[in-house]
Amino acid sequence: MTAAIRPSTGAPHARILGIGGYRPRRIVTNEEICQYIDSSDEWIRTRSGIVTRRWASPEETVQAMSVAAAGKALANAGVTAHQLGCVVIATVTHLYQTPALAPMVAHELGATGAAAFDISAACAGFSYGIELAQGMVRTGSSEYVLVIGVERLSDMTDSFDRSTAFLFADGAGAAVIGPSNDPAIGPVAWGADGAKADLITQDKSWSEAFRRDQNAPVPAPDVQPAAGMPAEQGTSRESRTAGWPHLRMAGNPVFRWAVWDGAHIAQRALDLAGVRAEDLDAFIPHQANMRITDAMIKALKLPAHVPVARDIADQGNTSAASIPLAMERMLESGEIKSGGIALIIGFGAGLVYAAQVITLP
Amino acid sequence: MAHTEQEILSGLAEIVDEVAGVPAADVQLDKSFTDDLDVDSLSMVEVVVAAEEKFGVKIPDDDVKNLRTVGDAVSYIQKNT
Repeated sequence: MTAAIRPSTGAPHARILGIGGYRPRRIVTNEEICQYIDSSDEWIRTRSGIVTRRWASPEETVQAMSVAAAGKALANAGVTAHQLGCVVIATVTHLYQTPALAPMVAHELGATGAAAFDISAACAGFSYGIELAQGMVRTGSSEYVLVIGVERLSDMTDSFDRSTAFLFADGAGAAVIGPSNDPAIGPVAWGADGAKADLITQDKSWSEAFRRDQNAPVPAPDVQPAAGMPAEQGTSRESRTAGWPHLRMAGNPVFRWAVWDGAHIAQRALDLAGVRAEDLDAFIPHQANMRITDAMIKALKLPAHVPVARDIADQGNTSAASIPLAMERMLESGEIKSGGIALIIGFGAGLVYAAQVITLP
Repeated sequence: MAHTEQEILSGLAEIVDEVAGVPAADVQLDKSFTDDLDVDSLSMVEVVVAAEEKFGVKIPDDDVKNLRTVGDAVSYIQKNT
């Protein structure tokens, strides 16, 4: 006799219950950036809207920043770590192939009942994570989900690259998603365009960065074996090509894609949610560049009364962390109110994009 | 739909004024976008997108960087409509 499988039952809807962010202590000015590139404070402000940015210190690891942001989000949501069914971390700067960052963050938070995994969706990571979380809550695999966007982009930034050195920054933002009786997270408008993968990319793989040259005549090991230990086999006949990989971006094509393709995605998210631009209480785009934000506002015909996130001015571009950090600031300052509706949109390396309308926590 | 050089020039001048706040009268054929009109490369992308819409022409990213002067842009649009 064939047994029947019992399905899970979830909540009718899902909602963002709380948000929390962590901003690194160190403030880096445009002047400091200009020590290594031929540029100026004025050019950087005009080109990107960035006045200062935050860079993480050694102890502000992706794990430490994630835990700090998550703690605030859990407190704001009124949810304990024990209640979490899943922890999802969106990041491209957890520099281990394995283990993922999420299980370690879950452990440090005391989320003993949670599944945990990382996702790599660049600057769309937070929106991708929100979509995953709302699905889990509504199908019933998790009652509460923690989504974190965290980056140490400064680890991958080439200080000598005039086109990117001033853009990238560090930080973490977290959101707790849980059940709701009313819809509070709209359908996602998302996708990918891998044909444009080369527009924003790490410039070499780790295997290329640490390639060993078997035919090198002169050994130049930069690692000395510990006293009494044998030298690593082969080091006397190999040299290491240590070329640290960096993020590269083709600024102008990315600008065009982000603004006009982005505006289509944003409109689709509005249409899917049955919301008009003029009904929005906030527009919170990924903080890629103030010029992108301004051009998107025009392309979307967003009315002037809608508050717009401009966190990038003193935070920089923090990829997956940028939307939750911007949202937190606008809520904490009172610029936007809990219960209002916001359009969030992320877009970045991949290329990938995602947008949804959400009710503010 | 074919446009005259003058139609394209005045249409482009309107766009540059709207995007970058440059008075339409300053947008002359011999003017360089970056050096004379202070239209940086990101504003240039906005100009190009608006021109695509206005003139029904496609201007791929690779061609944008060759449009150094207003005249370059006008000829490009004329050749491709």
